[in-house]
Amino acid sequence: MPDARFRVTSDRLDANAVSSIVSSPDCGAVATFIGVVRDENGGRRVLWLEYEAYEPLAEKTFARIDEEAGERWPSIGLAIHHRVGRLEIGDASVVIAATSPHRAEAFAACRYAIERIKQIAPIWKHEHFEGGEIWIEGATADPADEDARRMAFAQCT
Amino acid sequence: MHITIRLFARLREMSGAGEVRRSLPDGASVRAAWDSLVNEFPGFDDYSKVVACAVNADYARMTTALSDGDEVAFLPPVSGG
Repeated sequence: MPDARFRVTSDRLDANAVSSIVSSPDCGAVATFIGVVRDENGGRRVLWLEYEAYEPLAEKTFARIDEEAGERWPSIGLAIHHRVGRLEIGDASVVIAATSPHRAEAFAACRYAIERIKQIAPIWKHEHFEGGEIWIEGATADPADEDARRMAFAQCT
Repeated sequence: MHITIRLFARLREMSGAGEVRRSLPDGASVRAAWDSLVNEFPGFDDYSKVVACAVNADYARMTTALSDGDEVAFLPPVSGG
């Protein structure tokens, strides 16, 4: 049974729709993060990005990130939708919604989620820029790397 | 035994295929599957120190033993978000 909270999709992302999945009457705070395709990277003029994912593992990884965040901030709800395929400048590549009774936990969990996505989600961006193209390669995806997890938590406090 | 190997991003481009099938001795590890690709495709060895792996869509280790019909995925360093 697919979990509506954690999705990889080629459809356009809608931050309000993602927020509504985890909103509830006892949540006084909804923190959303929208990652957007930028027109510049490392001095290159970016034309568009192509995102690729190992979809079943990416969705499981989002659920894992939710479990990790829930250990630290038990009151939160978390939804993560990530887009794949060709994205133009200004398109949303990822939407994260974190809900909580109070704002501090929602902000923290939202930040944690994007840091962990960048560390461990099996998703890749292929940058097409003026004069060429390049696969962007960041972190080795290792969910068991506790140092990486601590670094992600350190961003949130 | 027969396994399916999934490749992504630059590994997919270098091999020319997102999915390849391989025959390996029973009980072979994920590393044996990786080594077979390193021998076959120029450029793969550059990833030997940084590649991550999954078996049947769960994160695994290079030492994980494989079974007939498994799907092994090799993941170059990630860049989502």
